[in-house]
Amino acid sequence: MSARYSKDHEWVTVENGIATIGITNHAQEQLGDVVFVELPAIGKKVAAHDQAAVVESVKAASEVYVPVSGEVVEVNKELEGDPALVNRDAEARAWFMKVRLSNPAELDGLMDKTAYDRLVNG
Amino acid sequence: MSENAPKRTSLHGEHVKLGARMAPFAGYDMPVQYPSGIIAEHNWTRGNAGLFDVCHMGQCLLEGRSFEAVATAMEALVPADVLGLKPRQQRYSQFLNEDGGTLDDLMITRHARDGTLYAVVNAGRKEHDYAWMQKHLPAGVALTRRDDLSLVALQGPKAEEALAKLAPAVKDIAFMHYADVEIGGISAQVSRSGYTGEDGFEISVANADAPKLWSLLLSDPLVRPVGLGARDSLRLEGGFCLYGHELDETISPVEAGLAWSIPKRRRAQGGFTGWARVQEELSHGAAKKRVGIRPEGRAPARDGTVITDRSGRAIGKITSGGFGPSVNGPVAMGYVETASAAPGTKINLLVRGTPLPAAIVSLPFIPNRFKR
Repeated sequence: MSARYSKDHEWVTVENGIATIGITNHAQEQLGDVVFVELPAIGKKVAAHDQAAVVESVKAASEVYVPVSGEVVEVNKELEGDPALVNRDAEARAWFMKVRLSNPAELDGLMDKTAYDRLVNG
Repeated sequence: MSENAPKRTSLHGEHVKLGARMAPFAGYDMPVQYPSGIIAEHNWTRGNAGLFDVCHMGQCLLEGRSFEAVATAMEALVPADVLGLKPRQQRYSQFLNEDGGTLDDLMITRHARDGTLYAVVNAGRKEHDYAWMQKHLPAGVALTRRDDLSLVALQGPKAEEALAKLAPAVKDIAFMHYADVEIGGISAQVSRSGYTGEDGFEISVANADAPKLWSLLLSDPLVRPVGLGARDSLRLEGGFCLYGHELDETISPVEAGLAWSIPKRRRAQGGFTGWARVQEELSHGAAKKRVGIRPEGRAPARDGTVITDRSGRAIGKITSGGFGPSVNGPVAMGYVETASAAPGTKINLLVRGTPLPAAIVSLPFIPNRFKR
């Protein structure tokens, strides 16, 4: 599946019922230098639009919302040692978490790339 | 433009040309960062020379019939030794209210012209400060705000090398002194001072000359522009107070660890607004104290974070906190009860409801490298 996007600037890709979630390149550009990422516990149940992670730049802390409901099955440990990976590769290697979907229909409420680009470019 | 639209400094157009990210600060539309980013700008200043737009700060003159008259008038408002200033020398001080709380912090310079002081106050407090001075200065001492002047700071270990190429005389300016210098044909008042913990200069010129000076300084490969984001991380690592964070109308200079700026004569004789509390706290100690804080983990703790002892009892609050690029980790300043203020004291920081271990440390985080 190609990536879907939320209005809160997260991206989602899905494989075998598992969603991989991160923040968009636009979001990382707005944040500036990322210095810390707080990830959820494995096994945590999340509902769509819940705050599930925190990303901190030099200037401020920002909340990361999950765009879909389910259970956190994996987090990207690489971000703990190298939070700046979010600046270098936001939409691939710097994924935040993987969530086993409990309601795949929620994906239909998200934007495709064309719609998301229109949102951020006005 | 509406009345509430942020004001622009004389360098606004330069920031836009450089691709700065602009944001409102103290009533001005200011550069938070340039495309290189806060960490790169911070590190450039520690290693080379960073150029800062500080035009938003308030420059003013106090003039009277003699230096003694003007200095005596200023001494009624601040706890510093103003009368002892030599021509062209400057000192750091604070305006205090009747209760000994801090109204603003400022730089006071004895101008080379007799009977004149030059002062620089914070952008967000300048309207207050001008009204405060106007109200309290005696007849015969006139306050003139110098909104016709711009101010830039050139900071870092290569600041002298870069500026001396254009004006060799700056090599001879001593720390906390100024000289009148020509820089590429521009008349400038250059002081050896700043707020990054590095050697450097603050350069005051006419508004009309500021863009030319800015471009001239940036034409040197040693010099790069630095925004307010890195200005904040540099001053935080340097252990300096920021008004509205470490200083406000309830906090005394003794609590803030600024007693070094109050000399013996002023402590003993007083004669300045707020003396009673300053004297009391100098004699018997203050209830709380400004401290440095190092979180043990990687999570930054921001302004407003509650500080507890290891048993969970609240003992204070963080006033500035973030990431220190030169420390390569989170750093913070805040106030704690004096009994818990000793460096090495183990504390917790309540970050998003979770107690994170941290320790009180001595300030600054990065040793100041002023050229004394």
